[in-house]
Amino acid sequence: MKVLNILSTPWRATLEEQDDTVVWLTHAMIGAGAEIDVLLTGEAAAYAAPNLNASGLTIGGMPQTQPPDINRDLNSLLEKGRQVFVCQHAMTQLGLHEDQTSPSITPLLSHELAPLLDNYDQIWQW
Amino acid sequence: MSKTLTFVLMDAPFENSRTVTGLRLIDIAAHRGYHLKVFAYEGAVSLAFKEQKPHANAVHGHDIDEENHPLPHKWIEALHKTASAHGGSLDWVNCGLCVDERGVNNAIECTRRGTPADLWSFACESENTLVISTS
Repeated sequence: MKVLNILSTPWRATLEEQDDTVVWLTHAMIGAGAEIDVLLTGEAAAYAAPNLNASGLTIGGMPQTQPPDINRDLNSLLEKGRQVFVCQHAMTQLGLHEDQTSPSITPLLSHELAPLLDNYDQIWQW
Repeated sequence: MSKTLTFVLMDAPFENSRTVTGLRLIDIAAHRGYHLKVFAYEGAVSLAFKEQKPHANAVHGHDIDEENHPLPHKWIEALHKTASAHGGSLDWVNCGLCVDERGVNNAIECTRRGTPADLWSFACESENTLVISTS
């Protein structure tokens, strides 16, 4: 079975997590044998930008020493043979251009989205 | 033919109507005899926390019995009974790491601790999976 995780909300649970919660879950399920790809859309399309840096959070003098490294975790999905797509329309709405996308992430035009969904048995929207 | 559905819940109890919608959908499926799989992720693991307590409501002028405050862990127990009574089942798994982070290990007995591997197993057994995530 193949699943497409559509991720539209970024930076969940930053106070207590050191990952994106859905990217982490995707990795954990792949470790259990799952075939899951990821489509970034909505505000999560910003994850396609390189050089993301979530460090610097300090509250009450206590720093988050291991902040989420989204670029690393998405690249790691690709290294595991999975695919990561980004909706180009969502990137445009965020003021990002195709040349600002990590080269390993596949940009998709709006008319390419529906055919993509046909490749999967289940679609999970996060 | 008996069918299987998986639901993924992510919101913490009480805060959002998405949880009510999710439980209502599970209730409908339970009445129709479905075999139901629920993976509670992130804040949703607190739905099964046994130490939730009812309270009186001075605004309503109700004491604790009159107010009959509904609690999510009671809803889950009721869903479990409903599914069984209609020939189906409810297998409710709480993400173990999420439970530990929140200190809500004392969960009701009709739920169990699990991992993302349980979600993948649920999804593979199911006709479909509905994710009701936080926004």
